[in-house]
Amino acid sequence: MTTTFRQRVWRFVATYAFWIFMTLMTLVPIWWMFVVSMRSRVELFARPNLALSRFFIENYSNVLTDSTFQRYMTNSVVVSTSNALLVMALALLATYALSRYKLTGRDNIFFWLITNRMAPPAAFLLPLYIMFTRTFRIGDWTLYDTQIGLILLYCVFNLPFAIWLLKGVVDGIPIELDDAAMIDGAGLAGVLRHVIIPLAAPGLAVTGILSWVFAWNEYLFAANLTSVNARTITTGLAEFVTVTGTNWGELAAMSMITLIPSAVIVILAQRYIVMGLTFGAVKE
Amino acid sequence: MYTNSRTGWLLLSPTLLVLIIFGFLPFLYVLFVGFNEWNIFAAEEGLRFSGLDNYRRLVFDDDFTTSVQLTLKFATFAILSELVLGFILAQMLTRNFPGKSLFRIIHTFPLMVAPIAVGAIWRLLVIPGFGPAPFFLDRWFDLTYQIGSYPDQALWTSVIMDVWHWTPFVTLTMLAGLTAIPKEPVEQAKVDGANRFQVFWYVTLPFLRPVLLTTVFIRIMDAIRTVDEVWMLAGGGPGTRFTGIYIWRVVFPRTDYGYGSSISLITLYLTIVLCWLLFIAISGRRKGEVE
Repeated sequence: MTTTFRQRVWRFVATYAFWIFMTLMTLVPIWWMFVVSMRSRVELFARPNLALSRFFIENYSNVLTDSTFQRYMTNSVVVSTSNALLVMALALLATYALSRYKLTGRDNIFFWLITNRMAPPAAFLLPLYIMFTRTFRIGDWTLYDTQIGLILLYCVFNLPFAIWLLKGVVDGIPIELDDAAMIDGAGLAGVLRHVIIPLAAPGLAVTGILSWVFAWNEYLFAANLTSVNARTITTGLAEFVTVTGTNWGELAAMSMITLIPSAVIVILAQRYIVMGLTFGAVKE
Repeated sequence: MYTNSRTGWLLLSPTLLVLIIFGFLPFLYVLFVGFNEWNIFAAEEGLRFSGLDNYRRLVFDDDFTTSVQLTLKFATFAILSELVLGFILAQMLTRNFPGKSLFRIIHTFPLMVAPIAVGAIWRLLVIPGFGPAPFFLDRWFDLTYQIGSYPDQALWTSVIMDVWHWTPFVTLTMLAGLTAIPKEPVEQAKVDGANRFQVFWYVTLPFLRPVLLTTVFIRIMDAIRTVDEVWMLAGGGPGTRFTGIYIWRVVFPRTDYGYGSSISLITLYLTIVLCWLLFIAISGRRKGEVE
């Protein structure tokens, strides 16, 4: 097929025009939030202006020095990280079992795992609330408003996803490699350590990263199953919107801070996200 | 395939334990409470068995049926737009051009943003008083845009927000699907004189089907569950009272536990049926390809 010079120029211009338009669509809402975070209350209610007038960092300094915000931030980091590690470990074991062992009703188990992620979260708020406040209690201690409660609970939506993703990866590792390691005298732990983990490492990384983000982003459970001590950053954001008047500048500043991990992950792990979201089925 | 299933179950047990305690037991509980009348503000305290009363009430509850309609309308429009837009974007990403990876990184970004932050971003855009959307729409198109007063506007804003948030997901899965398509059938079809549309319809689409179905499957699941971002955007105002939000309202502020449970269950059931049909379609197709 021959293309003339003109066609090529036209295609070049069209491609860039299209992508610049799409990029603006993505970035303008975020830019506006950044602009809002850089304005004082008085400036905000002037005529809307998309340009940044000055660097006004008081919103950020107010948020960052606030002890409540610091506690929320710490909780979010602790909960997301612990959850990601736990999910990686449990999912690896479960996937290995589902991939290598003849288990009765294996396909049904696999589908049941996924249904755990389908459930409308609001449906489970009531039983979980009761479990957290009444069922799991030792003396005065309850699961309600604890980090460990959220860490375990987030497994419900992260594990199915992680197992689904890792299943493809582990299935792709030839079982002959396991056999060879076993002939060399390795036990189950040895096979996992020397064969499965090294070969599934990219998949595991994806699992960890995405679980981390999902836990970081979760709102509904955190909002209803914590009150003071274990509140996370997303709940903090929602708390900002009050009937009596919202400090929009600080809300925007806090949202901007919440976006940082997302941005870092998208830039650093772009390849992994693509692979992860196709459930390891297609590697680029 | 190892036959020592005891080890297998042992490896699976921690996962099953966590999921049974935090996923399955709550489900059973919802199932049980759904057959009872249980309202904190009622004269009688505690649960009272009421059989299928809650389910009967549900059919005639306008708020519920409206919320299902709204959810389905929201899901349909959002997912269809995402599929079309995502496909076009993925198609454009199969070509190489300088700066492609930068565009792709920026395009991927909304995917990783917390739904609650997505809600905050869009709320700041549409808020009356200082949001640019109402201001410019009024000035350029003489359109009164206020999601608090016009349910339709609130619904469409939610759809647009969802498209902004989730199109990247569709783009990425489609891109993966497109790059996995072998070159030969496409070339062959072109040699045989197929036009662009015919190549798309008879070659690309069948190859893309498994990926397409998986994408739709995941998107339906998530769209029906949507609560956080819409809640943050409109605070559960008219036009955005989706089923998830309605459940929350019935259970928490109204403490109508029994009724809330029955709604939860029906919603879950509808989602599962929808997804199960798709799951069969996908796995049936895959088996056919392997054998």
